[in-house]
Amino acid sequence: MLSTEEIKAIDAERAHYPTAQAVGIEAMKIVQHHRGWVSDESLREIAEYLGLSVESLDGAATFYNLIFRRPVGKHVILICDSVSCWIMGYEQLREQLQTELKIGLGETTQDGRFTLLPSCCLGACERAPVMVVDQDLHGDLDSEKIGEILAGYE
Amino acid sequence: MNRKPMATPLTQNITPHREPPDLKQYAQAGGYQGLQRAIKTLTPQEVLQEVKESNLRGRGGAGFPTGLKWSFVPRGDDAPRPKYLIANADEMEPGTFKDRLLMEGDPHQLLEGMILASYAIQAEVAYIFLRAEYWLAAQRLKKAIAEAYQVNYLGKNLLGSTFSLELHLHTSAGRYICGEETALLNALEGKRAIPRAKPPYPQVSGLWGQPTVVNNVETLCNVPHIIARGAAWYQNLSRSEDGGTKIYGASGRVKHPGAWELPMGTPIREILEEHAGGMKDGFQLRGFLPGGASTDFLTEEHLEVPMDYDSVQAAGSRLGTGSLIILDDRTCPVDMVRNLEHFFAQESCGWCTPCRDGLPWVEKILLGIEQGQGQPEDLEYLMMHTRLLGPGHTFCAHAPGAMEPLQSALKYFKTDFEQHIHQQRCPFK
Ligand SMILES: Cc1cc2nc3c(=O)[nH]c(=O)nc-3n(C[C@H](O)[C@H](O)[C@H](O)COP(=O)(O)O)c2cc1C
Ligand code: SF4
Repeated sequence: MLSTEEIKAIDAERAHYPTAQAVGIEAMKIVQHHRGWVSDESLREIAEYLGLSVESLDGAATFYNLIFRRPVGKHVILICDSVSCWIMGYEQLREQLQTELKIGLGETTQDGRFTLLPSCCLGACERAPVMVVDQDLHGDLDSEKIGEILAGYE
Repeated sequence: MNRKPMATPLTQNITPHREPPDLKQYAQAGGYQGLQRAIKTLTPQEVLQEVKESNLRGRGGAGFPTGLKWSFVPRGDDAPRPKYLIANADEMEPGTFKDRLLMEGDPHQLLEGMILASYAIQAEVAYIFLRAEYWLAAQRLKKAIAEAYQVNYLGKNLLGSTFSLELHLHTSAGRYICGEETALLNALEGKRAIPRAKPPYPQVSGLWGQPTVVNNVETLCNVPHIIARGAAWYQNLSRSEDGGTKIYGASGRVKHPGAWELPMGTPIREILEEHAGGMKDGFQLRGFLPGGASTDFLTEEHLEVPMDYDSVQAAGSRLGTGSLIILDDRTCPVDMVRNLEHFFAQESCGWCTPCRDGLPWVEKILLGIEQGQGQPEDLEYLMMHTRLLGPGHTFCAHAPGAMEPLQSALKYFKTDFEQHIHQQRCPFK
C-alpha cells in the first residue's frame, strides 16, 4: 500500500502533467525516496495507483540508472567514471574504495552501509575526481580524503 | 587584436559557495527588467525579432540560431494549444558543467529567460528537465519558482497581461540520452528515452504532439539580457560573428580548472593560459577536446583558434558546449579514447543497431589495444566504424558524436596507437 505521504507527493506531481504516464518516473522516485528502492510490489502499487500497466512502468524503470530495482545500502556512492575524472585519477580512487569497502562496482557492503555505483559525468569536472554520497558532492578527491569521507556516513 | 571590454551578464550575480540571489536581490541587480519591458511594451513577435537580431546560437551543442528555432512554432489564433517550452538541463556530456553553475548560482535568470521564451512563442506551459544528480540546483530552482509565482511572474495573467504561464520542475532519473531533444520529449512523457524520428520537428509536433521548443539552460539565460539591453548591445559583447558571451570551461591537468564567462570568440590559448593558468607543473599539452566528450580532438597548432562555432568547425572540430577537456603528455590517448567510448557504449539507448552493437565493438577493440593485444588490422576496423557510425547512419547524433574523438585521435595520435600494437603494451604504463 502506498503511504499517505507517498500519495500526497505523487498527487502533487500529477497536477503538473496532462497524463498519468508522465508521473511514473517521479512516482517511482518518490517511493524510492521513502523505501530505498523500487520492489516489484512497489512497482505494482504505483502502476495501479496511476492506472498504468506494470510492464510499461518497468520498461521506464529499467531504462534509468537511478531507479533502483534491487535493494541498495544505507548510503549510495556514485563515483564519476567520465573522462575528466578519469584523467585526474578515477581508477586509483575506485580501487581504493573497492578495497576499503570490500565490494565491486554495483555491490553493497556486507553490513549494508554502502552501495558503490559508477556514474557518468556528475557535472563537477572542475573538481575532478569527484563522487557523490547520498546527495553530497565530494570533489578534488585523493586517497587521504576517502577514508575521512566514508567515516562521516554512519 | 582589438579587445572588447569585459562584460559578464550571465555570471554577474554568481558568487561561488554562496546562496544565489533570491527574487528581491535578483530584481535589485536589474533582474526581471527584461520581463517587465517585454510584457508591458513588446509583442511576442518583437521579442522573437530581438533574439533573432542578437545572433544568439544555441549553447546545447549544435549551435542552432535560437530566434530561427522559435520562428518555426505555429503562431496566431488557430495555432494548436497548449504549446510548450522546455529548458534542457540534462547536462550529462562528460567535461561539461556550465549549466550547473548557472542554475545553482542564479536560478531566477533561467526562469526569466524561460518566461521570455515562452512569451515569444506563446507557450502556456514550461518545464525544466533537470538531471537527477543536480540536487542542489533542484532545491534552488524550486525555491525560485515559488517566489516567481508569488509575485505573478508565473501563473495566470502575468503582470496583469493576457499572457499566462505554468512552469514546472521535472527531475530525471539518469541517462545521457535524455539530453537529446526528442529523447527528452519521450522521457518527459514517462516513456523510455529513445529519440524520435524527425520530421516532424518538435517546434511543430513535440511534447504530447504539441508545438514545443527545447532550449539549453545557457541559451535561455542569455535571453533576459538581450531583451533588457537590446540586440546591438549583445552583439557587441562578442569577438566574433556569433553574439554574446560564452561560458567556457577547462578540466584535466591545468593549474586552475574552472569555468569563465568570456566574449564569444575568445582564442583557445587565452582560455587555457590566462584563465585556466596553463598546464600543471610537469605536464605538457598534447591535445584537447574543445567542446565536451563528443567533439574532435584539436592540438597545439589550434591554440590561436577563436572559440566560436564557425572557427572551431573550420579547425576540424565543434564548439559543442565550449568545455575544454585537456589531454596531457603523461595520459595515454588510446586509453582516454577507450574511456570515452566506454561512456558512449554504456549510454547508447539501444534503439538502432549500428550504435547499439558498434559502440561496444569499438570499446572492445580499444581495450584490446590498450592491454597489449592489438593487431595491425584493428586500426582499419576502428576507421571503418568511424564511417559506419558516422552522420546519417544512425537514428540520432549520439553515435556520430561518439566517433568524433575517435576519428581525430586516429589522426593526431596515430603513432601512439601503432606503438601500442607494435610493442604489445601501453607505453604510458
Ligand atoms: C546524445 C545527445 C545528448 C545531448 N545532451 C544535451 C544536454 O544534456 N543538454 C543540452 O542542452 N543539449 C543536449 N543535446 C543537444 C540537444 O539535442 C538540443 O540540440 C539542445 O538542447 C537544443 O538547445 P539549444 O538550441 O538551446 O542549443 C544533446 C544531443 C545529443 C545528440
Ligand atoms: S544512435 Fe544510439 S543513442 Fe541514438 S537512437 Fe541510435 S541507439 Fe539510440
